[in-house]
Amino acid sequence: MKFSENWLREWVSPKITTEELVTQLTMAGLEVDAVEAAANKFTGVVVGEVLSVDKHPDADKLNVCQVTNGKENLQVVCGAPNVAVGQKVPFALVGAKLAEDFKIKKAKLRGAESNGMLCSADELGLAEKSDGILELPVDAKVGQDIRDYLLLDDAVIDVDLTPNRGDCLSIQGVAREVAVLNKTETSSPLIDEVTNSIEDVFPVELLSPADCPRYLGRVIKNVNVSAVSPVWLQEKLRRSGIRSIDPVVDVTNYVMLELGQPLHAFDLEVLGKGIQVRRAKADEKLVLLDGREVVLNEDTLIIADHEKALAIAGVMGGEHSGISDNTQHLFLESAFFSPLSIAGKARAYGLHTDASHRYERGVDYDLPKLAIERATQMLLDIVGGEAGPVVVADAVLPETKQVKLRANKVISLLGLDIPASETEDILTRLGLEVLESDNESWLFKVPSWRFDISIEADLIEELARIYGYDNLPISTVTSGSHLNSSTESKLSLKQLRRRLTSLGYQEVISYSFVEPELEDKLSILESEAIILSNPISSEMSVMRRNLWSGLLQTLKHNQNRQQDRVRIFESGLVFSKSADGIQQDAMLGGLIWGSQSPEQWGESAQPSDFYDIKGDVESILAMTNEASSFKFEAAEHPALQIGQTACISRNEKAMGWLGALNPQLQKTLDIPGKVYLFELKIKDLLDASLTKVSTLSKYPSVRRDLALLVDRDLNFDELESLISEQAGEDLEQIVLFDVYQGENIDSGKQSLALGLTFQNSSRTLNDDEINEIINKCIKALEAKFNAELR
Amino acid sequence: MDNLEALTSAALQAIAQAENATELDSLRVQYLGKKGSLTDQLKSLGKLPADERPAAGAAINQSKQQVQEAINQRKEIIDSAATTELLKREAIDITLPGRRQQAGALHPVTKTIERIEEIFSAAGFDTVEGPEIEDNYHNFEALNIPDHHPARAMHDTFYFDANTLLRTHTSNVQVRTMETGEAPLRIICPGRVYRCDSDLTHTPMFHQVEGLLIDENVSFADLKGIIEDFLKVFFEADLSVRFRPSYFPFTEPSAEVDVQCVNCKGEGCRVCGNTGWLEILGCGMVHPKVLEFSGIDSEKYSGYAFGMGVDRLAMLRYQIKDLRLLFENDLRFLQQFS
Repeated sequence: MKFSENWLREWVSPKITTEELVTQLTMAGLEVDAVEAAANKFTGVVVGEVLSVDKHPDADKLNVCQVTNGKENLQVVCGAPNVAVGQKVPFALVGAKLAEDFKIKKAKLRGAESNGMLCSADELGLAEKSDGILELPVDAKVGQDIRDYLLLDDAVIDVDLTPNRGDCLSIQGVAREVAVLNKTETSSPLIDEVTNSIEDVFPVELLSPADCPRYLGRVIKNVNVSAVSPVWLQEKLRRSGIRSIDPVVDVTNYVMLELGQPLHAFDLEVLGKGIQVRRAKADEKLVLLDGREVVLNEDTLIIADHEKALAIAGVMGGEHSGISDNTQHLFLESAFFSPLSIAGKARAYGLHTDASHRYERGVDYDLPKLAIERATQMLLDIVGGEAGPVVVADAVLPETKQVKLRANKVISLLGLDIPASETEDILTRLGLEVLESDNESWLFKVPSWRFDISIEADLIEELARIYGYDNLPISTVTSGSHLNSSTESKLSLKQLRRRLTSLGYQEVISYSFVEPELEDKLSILESEAIILSNPISSEMSVMRRNLWSGLLQTLKHNQNRQQDRVRIFESGLVFSKSADGIQQDAMLGGLIWGSQSPEQWGESAQPSDFYDIKGDVESILAMTNEASSFKFEAAEHPALQIGQTACISRNEKAMGWLGALNPQLQKTLDIPGKVYLFELKIKDLLDASLTKVSTLSKYPSVRRDLALLVDRDLNFDELESLISEQAGEDLEQIVLFDVYQGENIDSGKQSLALGLTFQNSSRTLNDDEINEIINKCIKALEAKFNAELR
Repeated sequence: MDNLEALTSAALQAIAQAENATELDSLRVQYLGKKGSLTDQLKSLGKLPADERPAAGAAINQSKQQVQEAINQRKEIIDSAATTELLKREAIDITLPGRRQQAGALHPVTKTIERIEEIFSAAGFDTVEGPEIEDNYHNFEALNIPDHHPARAMHDTFYFDANTLLRTHTSNVQVRTMETGEAPLRIICPGRVYRCDSDLTHTPMFHQVEGLLIDENVSFADLKGIIEDFLKVFFEADLSVRFRPSYFPFTEPSAEVDVQCVNCKGEGCRVCGNTGWLEILGCGMVHPKVLEFSGIDSEKYSGYAFGMGVDRLAMLRYQIKDLRLLFENDLRFLQQFS
């Protein structure tokens, strides 16, 4: 909420500076977002009167005017289209300073002498922009400094109120707080009941009394809507961020800003037989003040006459029943609507109004009477007319809330023992009333404007707030009663991330919602994507089913920025829908593209291939100390290239994918060179074994190398497991040190070179033993795979 | 004996001129070997009269020794020259860059989350994670935010259907933990959260860490203590901290916490909008209704909760000036964190 400091000080004016006031409000929970001057820091501008206007002889758009500053008549050249004889305008005299580097000097404009400038609102910092010079009321005193005339030495304070403090959405509300904080009283303006001069009334029926338990109305006849709001009223509205519309709307806005009570004025002549406050009927329609026609929902509370809807209660009036240039008679509404019946309604129609903002948060149900009197008096002053009596329709009003406060709860929750007298003092200053009290507790009555106080904790917060959070005690940190679990039998994501960064992968974080078309092409057919109903944009409208679209987008982004080598990973949830409902799984995914090593002088660049990324994945899997529980099997995935795709499983359960990006997708994405991807389900990766150290043999090991010619489509792991099985427990290690296909070898074959290392834990193996094992292996390889020794 | 003198000086001269180990070795053989000329001198001793033999023998031995020493010295000189030569040959440009795989780095947000986890872990807080697609109940209702509560307007929520949404904060994890766990509880919940908002200072996805402590006799003083300590440890500076009353439906009393601007040390600058303060986290005592929603006796237990935006903390810590850098994943940005 924005308000003028001067206005606030009409209600309560402690002897503190603006800066101190702002700090005080912020530290009391009314956070001040901004403090701005009500106008620019100009000098030398007075009220001037335009005496004559003549066309500039040599310029179409300029006028040569005679303007008086009260002492002398001066010639001023003015370009504003709205300048007219008899106008009162802000007149910047020669020597005036409108800004640091903008001084008014005597000048010649196209040959005509100009002694000063007539100012627009934006030139004085009173508006963002304006079309012409600012017209002042005709009663403005010529020669008076404009700063004094408009009381411009004022600050505009913008408070960002939390939703619980609807009671502070008015000058009155903020003033109450300031008074409490400074241990002083507010001095509200004198608001008298307006005695009716006519007897006209307009009947009101409450047909939905729980939604609207109180509705006050008053007829005011023979008003002059062509009157102009006085400048002080316009200025106060402006400083609260509200544009002046017409005097009737201005007055209702003024009273809302001043007291917190939204008001509405109807054109009495277009209303039917009487007011009915009721829920809307099915398909009932209403054209709102903003010109939009809405179909009302049945849960919406409306103000209607006996035939039709007139307004959405507490939100916005209708166009038809609003004040127009022809309005002669008014019906003024000042009502209490229950917050629950207004909450969410404005939003449902795509609206947010000053009235709905207040009603949703709660407007004091004791306020309508005061507000309607205030508004009536102001209207009579400005637009004239005769007021009828106030018609009050009352149903069952909210019960006064009573809340108990225990002294020991204050101590235990705040860690502070506030003396009982201080507790009472603070809370009663806030408008609470002690109903009962003994040594240990109180029963307080909550004022009608505090919708946010209903339990003991609320009272304790109020105490703390006024006592000052910064004055509350502070304790030293105690640690928990147990040691945090630190597991070695479970890997942590933290460890996995560290491994990947040391393998050269850069961590990225991409959005969880992605572009649907690419996402769809990257995902396995059996899963269903989850779609946002209100996405930010179509490129971010579907939840990712795997991490690859984010990684590929990241690759593209960096390629477009001249990166020639990318190794990235991401961890995060992926989402899909299945028969069991929504699945949310934490995954670890990676991508490599470009050369194996960063560009360097020592060796020539080799493009990365499947085995580079596989090696990295194996390095991750090995962290579990259970590498043998994982299997890589040739498989197919829509995102990956057939023949270069592996499904990774652990103990027979699929838990990841690895492979080259499907060449078609690579082409669509316009990526030069092959891309390799992996993704692992984190949950299935974390189980790890503790290292059990095996005894180191004291006896020498023996290595034998074999070169085998085998079918090209033979899988290495089949060969490896046959050798392991045949060689027995003395086989310590198998190393594959060469794979050759090509010249001198049948095209259907490949040559594999293996190094076998043997070692026994209790003796030295002799040649005969090893030869025997080797022969056994070779025989089995020949028999099973048709392998030949080269 | 003239012969011996001449022989010795010839030997010494030859040794001095020897240029390499081979030459030197053949000189050694020539003079001192079994058939060497100096060795031969000893053999001719027998031809001398017995009384002259000791003196002659001593002279020969002295010459031998002299020659041997000369050889040793010369050898040292030759060896050292050879070593010098070798070193010269093998010298390399040690300023050439080393051969290595370039290590990657953690994302600054991850780095920050890990740091926060570490700090709270020392005070006994366990890290707990939870779902990001959440239902209305766990994201709102159980946190005392009923339908149409004005506080919902502060959470621009992404929906899938009327009851399913992307969590707007990680407080849903607190609710789930309280439902299943038993007091006392000490947890922190890091993770991604989502709000339907995108401009210079908002991304539709961001990160939070929320903390929750439930125990007997927990007071606002404890909350102030842990937050103040945390901020000092996190920023590695003795910064002023202030607590301001605020409002969250799930805490009462609630507070907003400001820390003295880490950029200008409170003088006022662009980073803090000239206020000298940075709004850094929200916190409060867990609302009794929230405890009761999750079946915790609010008379016996009390607790505090706090929540902070990780992205902003990372930006402050690493002087990241543009929020959008965080999720553009430009490697030139990310690699600065190695």
